[in-house]
Amino acid sequence: MGWLPEPVERLLDTALVGELTVVRSDGRPITHPLIPLYDGEQILMHSSTLFSRKLEHIKRDPHVSVSLTDPIALKGLPGRATIQGTARVIEDDPHAQWERLILDLWRKKEPVIDAFLKMRVALPLFFERAVIEITPERCLWWADGDTGHVPEVTVAPREKAA
Amino acid sequence: MEGVQVGHLAKLAEYPFVVISWVDDAGYPLSVAATFEVDPAGGTVSLTAPAGEVVAVPTDREVNLLGSHIRPTPGQGYDERRYLQLWGRAAAPVAGRISFSPTHAWGWDEAEIPFFEYAERSVPQSRRYLAQLSEEQGRTVRPRLSLGWLLLRTTRLPFLSATLVPVLLGIAVAARHGDFQWWLALATIIGASFAHLGINVSNDIFDTLSGADEMNVNPTQFSGGSRVLIYDLLTLRQLVALDLGLFGGAAAIGLYLVWATASQTLLLIGVVGIALGIAYTAPPLKLVYRGVGEIAVAIGFGPIMLLGAYVVQTGSLSWEAALASVPVAILVALILYVNEIPDRVGDAAAGKRTLPVQLPQDVVTGAYLVFALAAFVAIGGGVIGGLLPVPTLIALAAIPLAFRVHRGIRQNYASPYALMASMGTNVNLHLYVGGLLVAGYVIAIIVAALT
Repeated sequence: MGWLPEPVERLLDTALVGELTVVRSDGRPITHPLIPLYDGEQILMHSSTLFSRKLEHIKRDPHVSVSLTDPIALKGLPGRATIQGTARVIEDDPHAQWERLILDLWRKKEPVIDAFLKMRVALPLFFERAVIEITPERCLWWADGDTGHVPEVTVAPREKAA
Repeated sequence: MEGVQVGHLAKLAEYPFVVISWVDDAGYPLSVAATFEVDPAGGTVSLTAPAGEVVAVPTDREVNLLGSHIRPTPGQGYDERRYLQLWGRAAAPVAGRISFSPTHAWGWDEAEIPFFEYAERSVPQSRRYLAQLSEEQGRTVRPRLSLGWLLLRTTRLPFLSATLVPVLLGIAVAARHGDFQWWLALATIIGASFAHLGINVSNDIFDTLSGADEMNVNPTQFSGGSRVLIYDLLTLRQLVALDLGLFGGAAAIGLYLVWATASQTLLLIGVVGIALGIAYTAPPLKLVYRGVGEIAVAIGFGPIMLLGAYVVQTGSLSWEAALASVPVAILVALILYVNEIPDRVGDAAAGKRTLPVQLPQDVVTGAYLVFALAAFVAIGGGVIGGLLPVPTLIALAAIPLAFRVHRGIRQNYASPYALMASMGTNVNLHLYVGGLLVAGYVIAIIVAALT
């Protein structure tokens, strides 16, 4: 089981878009809007090989953060959160592995994905994908979404941290 | 990344909030949402400082600012996707506000670069990533498609209507003249289809090798080639093997038909047809590069196909079959012509002198209507002149489609993806006119049998 506060888990389960921040080779951060998925323990994001620079950054430096900030993407759910953690890129088989690992979770959040998958022939490289598995280590939560207030900070139990 | 301009800050101002990110002392990125105001004149962004020591924005390193927007559309995914990132330094907070001075920017707005173009421009990154992954894993990691989809994509199977229409019409004309042998008709359809798919694949090979397809970042389902080589779905060797197989099949069936009909004319038509198809993109002729691609397609998928199918059944040529091929030839050339509109930038860069490359927009759109209507004039003239049977006039029912395509290309000339609907209608125009001409011949045959 995961250790993230329950309201943050709800944000993860709801968010259509979150922001994944990774560290570039020059040490600067770069942030990518991506759909976050949550299996109750790990945050799972994914990336097409077309837009795979972020994967290269993670493979070089696995420290990442995921923020959930957009009220529209959160469907009006109150609160904002930022989760820091360590990421692992799962890329043994970019054609099919992601389907086994995350398609059910993705479908639950975005049922339209099945319609897009049927058109795989039209955009084959878009569906060659790697999974970004993030182990949460520290969580900052703003209950009312106002970052002008001090966040509630929760740290992973030692044995859960990567 | 590029240097920050006033336009970047003006765009940032459209977002309701930003996410500010930095790498903390432990080496982890940290991101926090913040409200903000833009000072375009000063080139700075003023942010509400996040509260608390744990999210104190550092001043000794670069930070990143992200403005991001999507509009979820239930049942369809998202639209209005855009984001803008700025990098720069933040100053220490003053009265709860942080001044941020950006130095670099990067972003994407699908209103400016459609998603499909954005994806196409990213293909080199995908290839680089998979090449690196292959090196890391010690085995070749390549993108894949199921065999059925791969064959459909590689051969551009849906365009087979360009062959089926003239072949079926040629068979129908022959049948009206009292000559119809079903096994020869079936062999003609299969052989012509093999030849067409072989030509598609060879064109793809030469367009990829010449760089024409790679320079085209606006492919659609109707234009821009199959891209199986560019996407690395197949190797050149595999594609050449497939092409040889298709041409081999076409040659075998063609030679059988020549033997079965003992027609030297058919042999000549077959050789000219395949030569024309290959020479369309292949050196040394490269017809499409010389501004005669549309004519080559009109001849190949008009009289060559139709007269070939007719000769298989009758053993001889006829003026009626030749005239019946005229509207089909014009309309098939117009399929190519309209499909070349979104390709014109890539084609021009590759040295392809297609008509949309050479002519201004108003001439291209005007000429479309003139030639489309000429196809219908040919049908009407053929009936009035007594060469075509009266029931073929039902093909005139498709005239409104020509006007619809004309309207579509006039309105969406500069928008490849908005043009796709018109390209589809244009393919249907050829299919419907051809189908109605065949139907007209069937009606004429039935009426003749009953009277």
